[in-house]
Amino acid sequence: MTPTVVLPVVIGGLYAAGAYLLLDRSLTRVLLGFLLLGNATNVLVLSAGGPAGLAPIVGYAEPEEMGDPLPQALVLTAIVITFGVSAFVLAVIHRSWRLVRQEVIAVDEEDRRVADRSKARADALDPDDIDPGDLPVEDSVLGAEDRPPDLGPPTGSDVEGRLARDHAGSASDDIGLPAARRRRR
Amino acid sequence: MIVLLLLHLGAALVAPALARWWGRQVFLPLALVPAAGFAWSMTRLPTVLDGGEVRETVPWVPTLDLAVVLRLDALGLTFAALVTGVGALVLLYCARYVEAGDPGTGRFAAQMTAFAGSMLGLVLADDVYLLYVFWELTTVFSFLLIGGSGARVAGRRAAGQALVLTTAGGLAMLAGLVVLARTSGSTLLSEIVSDPGEGRLVVVGTLLVLVGALTKSAMVPFHFWLPAAMQAPTPVSAYLHAAAMVKAGVYLVARLAPGLADVPGWRPTVLGLGLLTMLVGGYRALRQNDLKLLLAFGTVSQLGFLMVLVGGGGAELGKAGLAMVLAHGLFKSTLFLSVGVVDHAAGTRDLRRLSGLGRRLPVLAGAAVLAAASMAGLPPLLGFVGKEAAFTALLEGGVPDRAAALAVLAGLVLGSVLTVAYTVRFVWGAFARTPEPPDLPEQAPAELEHRPGPLFLAAPTVLALVGLAAGPLSPLLDPLLARYAEELPLYAPETEKLALWHGLQPALALSAVTLLGGAALFAVRGRVSRAQRRLKSPLSANAGYWNLLQALDRLAVLVTGTTQRGSLPAYLGTILATVLAIPGVVLVTRVEWPGQWRAWDSPIQAVVAVAVLAAAATAVRLRQRLAAALVVGITGYGLAVLFVLQGAPDLALTQFLIESITLVAFVLVLRKLPLSIVERHNRIEKVGRTVVAVGAGLFMGLASAAALSARTAAPVSEEYPALAYEVGEGENVVNVTLVDIRAWDTFGEISVLVVAATGVASLVFLRRRTGALARARGAAGGDAVRARRAPRGRWLSAGGTLQPQRRSVVLEVVTRLLFHTVVVFSVFLLFSGHNSPGGGFAGGLVAGLALVLRYFAGGRYELAEAAPVDPGVLLGLGLLLAGGTGAVGLALGGQVLETAVFEATVPVLGDVKLVTALFFDIGVYLVVVGLVLDVLRSLGAELDRQEEENDPIEAAPDEVILR
Repeated sequence: MTPTVVLPVVIGGLYAAGAYLLLDRSLTRVLLGFLLLGNATNVLVLSAGGPAGLAPIVGYAEPEEMGDPLPQALVLTAIVITFGVSAFVLAVIHRSWRLVRQEVIAVDEEDRRVADRSKARADALDPDDIDPGDLPVEDSVLGAEDRPPDLGPPTGSDVEGRLARDHAGSASDDIGLPAARRRRR
Repeated sequence: MIVLLLLHLGAALVAPALARWWGRQVFLPLALVPAAGFAWSMTRLPTVLDGGEVRETVPWVPTLDLAVVLRLDALGLTFAALVTGVGALVLLYCARYVEAGDPGTGRFAAQMTAFAGSMLGLVLADDVYLLYVFWELTTVFSFLLIGGSGARVAGRRAAGQALVLTTAGGLAMLAGLVVLARTSGSTLLSEIVSDPGEGRLVVVGTLLVLVGALTKSAMVPFHFWLPAAMQAPTPVSAYLHAAAMVKAGVYLVARLAPGLADVPGWRPTVLGLGLLTMLVGGYRALRQNDLKLLLAFGTVSQLGFLMVLVGGGGAELGKAGLAMVLAHGLFKSTLFLSVGVVDHAAGTRDLRRLSGLGRRLPVLAGAAVLAAASMAGLPPLLGFVGKEAAFTALLEGGVPDRAAALAVLAGLVLGSVLTVAYTVRFVWGAFARTPEPPDLPEQAPAELEHRPGPLFLAAPTVLALVGLAAGPLSPLLDPLLARYAEELPLYAPETEKLALWHGLQPALALSAVTLLGGAALFAVRGRVSRAQRRLKSPLSANAGYWNLLQALDRLAVLVTGTTQRGSLPAYLGTILATVLAIPGVVLVTRVEWPGQWRAWDSPIQAVVAVAVLAAAATAVRLRQRLAAALVVGITGYGLAVLFVLQGAPDLALTQFLIESITLVAFVLVLRKLPLSIVERHNRIEKVGRTVVAVGAGLFMGLASAAALSARTAAPVSEEYPALAYEVGEGENVVNVTLVDIRAWDTFGEISVLVVAATGVASLVFLRRRTGALARARGAAGGDAVRARRAPRGRWLSAGGTLQPQRRSVVLEVVTRLLFHTVVVFSVFLLFSGHNSPGGGFAGGLVAGLALVLRYFAGGRYELAEAAPVDPGVLLGLGLLLAGGTGAVGLALGGQVLETAVFEATVPVLGDVKLVTALFFDIGVYLVVVGLVLDVLRSLGAELDRQEEENDPIEAAPDEVILR
């Protein structure tokens, strides 16, 4: 099948503009880029279905003259879903603005935390290794008889304090938000 | 057999509910389930003894040639009887072991029962993939049972360690099974054993399978997970980690030995590691003070012993091995259960602190001493019979190589000496009256905490008595075990029957040597333990494992920390650059370019294209939010024209409508934001972005041109017009594709819309998203108005609630005139869509636009009057309708979502034809209306409310909002 010049140019132009906007830090521009990319993709899918034809309606055109109906069906739902996603991103923009008066894609805190962890001391306490039994309330569902002798008696040790010390500087994560402060209170 | 497995599954599923009503008594009925399995396997005994087998086949995934193939032969029956018999007794024991009122009872009961079923399935499975499934099921239940409630680090670590090790072995085993299934040409174990195929692949496959068996049965160097698993409650240790699950590896080796024992590498691996494990386990067991850990290392040692016996590949060794498997299952579970009783009664398991328990718990002590005697190999117990048979077998044959046989024998004798020594230590430590050690003043209390009742003692007593009776009665066992041994080659001059007394033979002398050696070791126990303390090995498999895991953790943190620096645009840029670097290079160098190009399909296409590109370029430069959104909208409208030219009226219609609604949504949100976007990028960033973006554009443009010439196969959609008309009963092919031919896709897509709508509402309404909007009644500034009908003298029902300067009479009049017409038009589009452009999507969007009109003209109260429903109800109803249509298709005998057609002659209307796809389309319509309404309600009405009521932040005073 011979391609047209026009459609690849439109597709390429929309993709270029969309990619440029998508790489911005402003969420509004990201959303606009997303819309352009969506439009470009819809044209791409439709143009890959073959050259222009007549509307795929039985009785209006013969099957040989019709445009390919399958890409049309795919694109139709894609259009509606793009709207759903845009509405969601708009809601995110609104939320972000209400809360912090900004609508930017901020630095990913979790990634920074992992990056900080690689510098942390090797013997730092892993949050996964905290025993709820070591927290103030001794919590042993299975009963004491299965506590192995080498584990020693329940310590009730200062786990949160150790965590705050081992991970000083990095934002406290899912184990009780401001760890150090809560202990002092 | 299937029924038995399903029975276990059913029992496991109802166990938590039953446990809520009956508490710990739930174990009594649950014990009946494995007991039924035991009874059933006994009824099949005559068949198996006659050399027959029981086989059941149920197709599972026929397209993949997978079937549930279950087979009961002599080996299967031996193991099945062991796991069901011990399982029933252990469940009985649980009824007293578990504390009354323990909240974890239901979970524990369900997991134990499910484990019993998986274990039974494992020994019955004949298909290798089915075997693997059951194999991993036992691993998972073992993980859950070791971890318990997950409240303790030690339990979690032990559970994780067992899971990691046995799953790693299991995966190796799966790979090996796949290889063996390929080389032998069958996925059935029975056929793999009878003809494993030839070549180097068989060796590879065999060794991989052995890795699985060795990890599961805790052989050196993977042995350390088993003692750690003693974190589990005692019944779990008795059942999973003594009688059943750890025997799975032994079972698999026994199962494969008849066919694969002569594969190079099999005997060195199995015999070598088995012997090493027996010695290491015995040596470590001598050192333990915790009775349970002592037994755990003893189990490791015994598993090594069993592995040597069943892995030798000779008939006489194999028979001895099976006898030992039974003996070990009986005595080791008895001992574990006894330790549980001791623990319950005395409150400790430390053998230094226990003293004189034998006199206070005579029944228990009797049972435990019997079991211990069996473990040590004292006549007349089954353990003695098995050990004698093993020694005899190795003295006269056992393995093809005589020198190897004698070396193995020497190892086994040494291992048995250790066994006797730690057995005596166990009995002495647990039950004898021992002097108070000076460094441990805290002796166990003289008064028992709990006196065990008869039910608590039943299981260990029964198991011990069976072990006692089985010794003299071992000739009765012989026919069953001989059935299995028949499959193996005989290396000894003649086969010997199992019996208690064979006369004065060298094996008897060896037994005497082990007993005397063990007793001697125990006698000098003080010196032995001092020597052990001095010889503490610096090598520890356990430490190696943790170091490995920690290194993996650190590597992960290092890699993540260096590559993920936190900037999302940078990640995205990297992805795009990768696309350019790899597929881009392929595109430029490899793709065949089309020879001919057309300029355009029609000149209008070119004009529209220029407009679209100009709009896109403007969008890149504009910094005003609303203006940028508008020019992006222009590209969308341009696209709609392109769709018309391409012959896609449905697309064009939908694109026009969506573009309008998207603009509305933009306006609703952007009115709250500043006019312009702040520039946050420096020059270098901009240049980088430009390069990547231009590259991406070029790449996609070229790819789209190449895609056309890459299409060689006939498109699937050639059939669609005929299909649509004849099967889907509609003329609009695109619409029939959506609601019938590819209705599953559409169903998924409207689900996405429901999710998106829910997300929008949840982001705007913080706490409560259900319920309709506040109605005009009682609104500030609004009179009491009657719902849904505009009061006399007004154009809109809630127009009065707006401030006068924000009202537009023209808009109100137009809205009043148009609204109902538009709604009727939307319904028309919905119904006519099957045969001409339109359908649920377009209809729903038109209805949504009508609501937009009402909202713009009359404000948020007007929206509430126009659509006094909860959008959640619309969304849910739509999804239900679409899904229900699918179910109807199924109910009418077709496939899911298949269209059914009803035709009837109704008196007034005449011939009526009803296509069920219409209801699917109505579902789509409702979902789309719900989505638009949710967007208007959240981004429109709720934002208005927040501004009017001056709600700075929607949080209550004590509420935390994460930023």
